[in-house]
Amino acid sequence: MIKKILIVLVVLMAGIAIGKFILNNGGGTVMPSPNALYHASSSDGVALRAKLEFTGTIHEVRKGDLIMDAVREASPGDLIRVYPGTYKETVYIDKDDISFQGIIKEGEWPVLDGSKELNDAFLYSGNGIRIENFKIVNYKGNGIMGQAGNNFILRNNWVIDAGVYGIFPQFGKNGLIEHNILTGIEDAAIYVGMCDNIDVLNNEVFGNVAGIEIENSRHCLVENNLAYDNTGGILAFITPGLPIKTTFDVIIRNNFVTKNNHENFGAPGSIVSGIPPGTGILVMAADDVIIENNIISGNDNAGIIITDFANGGAEASNDPDSEPNPDRITILDNFMIDNGNNPVGELKALMLTQLSTTGPDILAIGGGEGSSIRDIERYRTWGLGGFGKPEITSTSDRKTFLLDKPAEPRQISSKDLGEMTYYGICSGCHAYDIRLIGVPTNVIQMIYKDDPQGIVDYINNPKNLRDDYPEMPPQDYLSDDAKLAVAEYILTLKK
Amino acid sequence: MRELFYIKGYAVLFLLLTLMGSCEKKEKVLFLENNQAVESTQIELCDICPPGFVLNEDNRCIAKNLYQQYESLQDKGVGGLKTSLPQVRDGFSPQQIDLGRYLFFDPVLSANGQISCATCHDPKKGFADGRSLSKGINDSITERSSPSLWNVAYLKKYFWDARAGSLEEQMQGPLYSPKEMGNNPQQLLQTMNAILVYRKLFSEAFPERPEKDSIQLQEIYTAIAAFESSLISLNSKYDRYAHGFSGALNENEIKGLNIFRSFVARCAECHTPPLFTNQQIAVIGSPEPEGHAFDIGAEKTFNDPTRRGGFKVPSLRNIEKTAPYMHSGKFSTLRETVEFYTKGRGHAVPEGEKLYLHWHIWEPDLTDEELDRLVDFLKTLTDESFLPKIPVIVPSEIENKILENS
Repeated sequence: MIKKILIVLVVLMAGIAIGKFILNNGGGTVMPSPNALYHASSSDGVALRAKLEFTGTIHEVRKGDLIMDAVREASPGDLIRVYPGTYKETVYIDKDDISFQGIIKEGEWPVLDGSKELNDAFLYSGNGIRIENFKIVNYKGNGIMGQAGNNFILRNNWVIDAGVYGIFPQFGKNGLIEHNILTGIEDAAIYVGMCDNIDVLNNEVFGNVAGIEIENSRHCLVENNLAYDNTGGILAFITPGLPIKTTFDVIIRNNFVTKNNHENFGAPGSIVSGIPPGTGILVMAADDVIIENNIISGNDNAGIIITDFANGGAEASNDPDSEPNPDRITILDNFMIDNGNNPVGELKALMLTQLSTTGPDILAIGGGEGSSIRDIERYRTWGLGGFGKPEITSTSDRKTFLLDKPAEPRQISSKDLGEMTYYGICSGCHAYDIRLIGVPTNVIQMIYKDDPQGIVDYINNPKNLRDDYPEMPPQDYLSDDAKLAVAEYILTLKK
Repeated sequence: MRELFYIKGYAVLFLLLTLMGSCEKKEKVLFLENNQAVESTQIELCDICPPGFVLNEDNRCIAKNLYQQYESLQDKGVGGLKTSLPQVRDGFSPQQIDLGRYLFFDPVLSANGQISCATCHDPKKGFADGRSLSKGINDSITERSSPSLWNVAYLKKYFWDARAGSLEEQMQGPLYSPKEMGNNPQQLLQTMNAILVYRKLFSEAFPERPEKDSIQLQEIYTAIAAFESSLISLNSKYDRYAHGFSGALNENEIKGLNIFRSFVARCAECHTPPLFTNQQIAVIGSPEPEGHAFDIGAEKTFNDPTRRGGFKVPSLRNIEKTAPYMHSGKFSTLRETVEFYTKGRGHAVPEGEKLYLHWHIWEPDLTDEELDRLVDFLKTLTDESFLPKIPVIVPSEIENKILENS
C-alpha cells in the first residue's frame, strides 16, 4: 500500500514538473519531449531512457514535404519533427542517432500511408533510432523494420494493416518498444527477431495472427501488454534454420492475454500460419522463460502451450544447430480463467484421449527439462507431471533488460582504422616497395613526409602526376576519419 | 626418387619477368638432374601478402577490412549495413598463398593434364565458369553449376549441398571426381613430386619440414585453400554506401536496396549483409534444367527429408559476374532469377514432390519496376579490385588458355 502511495506521489510530482515545463514554454504548440523523459517514470537507471539532453538540430516536416528529405539533411543527434498530414513514402535511415517525433495537434496525427503499394514505412539500419507518435497504415511489408540497429526506442505508434510485421527490429541490441497499438498484421504485430536486451512494454496488440513474438532472441521483457483477439497472444520461440539459434532469458509478466481466438490468416508456409487459434501464450523450444502474473483468459485452445519443435509443427524443424526442447520454463502465479473452451487440431485429439470436454489452461508437450510451476493446483494442466517447484517466487528484482550503458560500436584506434583502410582498400593498388597498379607506398612516404593532410587532399582529389602510372580514382567515399587515419598509417608503414 | 641439384654459379639466366601488378618472378635456369643439364623455369614465391591482408611477424597474412570496425550480434556476421563479417579463415603465409595460386591454375592436377581448378572457377568469370552445369574431364557434364569462390574465407560449408566443412575437404571432391578432374591421391602425389619446380616451391612454402621430403597431399590442400581464402571482395559500391558514403548508390540502386531488405521481397533475410548469405540451407523449389532429374540437394548430406531440394544460400557478392544462376544454372540472367521469387511459392516444384519450402518464400507480388531495381542493386555488389594475378606460366609448364599470356 505504501508502495502504491509512493508511486502515485511520484507520478503526481512528475505531472507537476511536466506541467510547469509546458507552462514555462510560453504557450504555442506543446511538443512532447523527443527524449526519454516522456515515460521516464516507468523504469529507472537505464541509459536508454535517461539520456535527457537533446542537442541536435530540429528539422521540421510539414504536410506536402517529404520526411526523407529531412533524413537526407539530418546528422547524427538530430530530431525530425513531423506535423500532421499524410505522407506516402518509405523512410529509410542509414545513419546513427536520428530521432523522429510525430506532432499530434487536436487529435490529428502524422500518417504514413503505404496505399498497399509501398513496402515499409520506416526501415532503419542506424543505431540510436527513435520513432514515436506516428500512425502507420496500409504498407505491404513492415510498419517499422530495423536491421542491426542498436539502442532504439519505438514508442507511441499506431500500426494498422502493415502486411507482414508491425514493428520488427532484427539483429538489434538494447531496444525499447512501448505504448504502441497494432492491428491487422498478417504475421507478428511486434516481432523481436534475433535481438538481445529488449523491453516490450505497455503495447496493445489485437486482430493479428501473432500478437508479440520473441524469436531467436535473448534477455527480453514482455510486460504490461494487452494482447487480445489474435490467433496467438504472446510467443517466445526458436525458429529453426536462422543464423542465430537460441531464445532464452525471457520474462512474460503482468500482461493481459485474453480471447486470442482469431482465425489464422497467416501466409501459407509462414511459421505463424501453424499457430492454432485460441492460443494465449506459446513457448516453443525457448529456454529459461518465466511467465508471471499474467491474466490469461478466454483463449479457446489453451492458455499456455509449452512445446518442442516436433509438436510445435515447425515444419522444417531439423536444424541440427538449434536445440529443439523448451528447458527450464518457470510458471509463477498467473490468473487463468475460461481457457480451452474449443480446442482445435492436435489439442482437440489430445482432449479426447484425456476424456475431457475442455482444453487445459496449460499444456506442456514434447521434450524439455528443468521446468517448474509454483502452484499447479491453480490451473487445469496437461503434461506438467515433470514440472518441479521453482526456486524463485517473483521476478521483481528484474526491472528491465535494457542495458545500463548503450551498446556501443567497437572502439577502434586511429591506427587500426588506418590499417583496415590501407589493407582493406589501398592494397589493391599499392604495395610497400614494389609497383602494383599505383605508386609504391615508400615513394608516397617520400613525397608526403610529415604531411598526412597532403595525402588526404590528394585522395580526395587525385591528379595524375606521373605519365607512367594510371590516374588514381578519387577515394572521397571514405569517411574523414578513415582518410586521415590511412594517411597517417601510410606515413608510418615500415614494410 | 629423383635427385635435384642447383648448379650454383652455373645457372644461366634466360629470362627475368617482373610483372606489373604482382611480385611474380620467374627465370629460366639449368638444373642438373641425373647428371643431365635440364632447362626449367624457376619460380620464386611471393613474400608479400595479397591485397586485403597484412603480414604479421610470424610471416602470416591476416585479413584486414573496414567491416572489422563493427560489432555483430552474437558474432554471427549478419545484419544491416554496419555489421561485422563472420569469422574469417586467414593466417596462411604469403608463400603458401602464392603456391596455391600456381596450383589453382595448373592443369597438371587433373588426371589428363587438361583441367585446372580455374577451368570451373575462372577469375574472368567471377570465379565461376559461365556454364549452367560445369564441364569436367573428357567433356563430362556435372550435376550442378560452379559456385563463385569470392569470399569463401568467410564460409562454413561448401558445395551447393553443404557436404564439406572446409576448403580442404571441398577440393577433394572435384580433384578426385571422375566427372571433374578425375585424379586420385596416389597419382596426384606422383605427378607433383616428379616436377622439380614444385618440389622446390613446396619446400619454400612449408619450410618446417625437411627440404628434401616429398610433397604431401595435405600441403597441396593447404596451399590451394590459402589461395582461395585470399579472394576477397569487399570494396563494392554497396560497401562504400554501407560505410557511410550515401552518394555511392544512385536513386535506382537505393530503391533496389530498400526492396532487397524489406520483408516483402525478403531477399536480405537469407542473403544477409555484409556477406550476403546467412550460411544456412534453404529449400526454395528452384527448377532443374529441362530433362534433368530432380536434385534432392541437402537431403542427402543430412539424411533429412525436410531438406529435400535444399541448397546452401549463396553469397551474392560479384553475382553480376557469375551467370547463369541457381544450383542448376537454370536462369541465365539476374532478372529471371529475381523473378523466380515473385512467381509464387512452390510454382516450379515438380508434381508429386513434397518439399518443405522455406517460410520466406511466398508471393511478394513485386512489380516489374521493383524487379528491375533489385537487379540494379545486385550489380552494386560487384568488386574485383583484388582480382589475383593469373600466372603467365605454371610450374608444370603445361600450356593452357586460362593463363595470362594465352
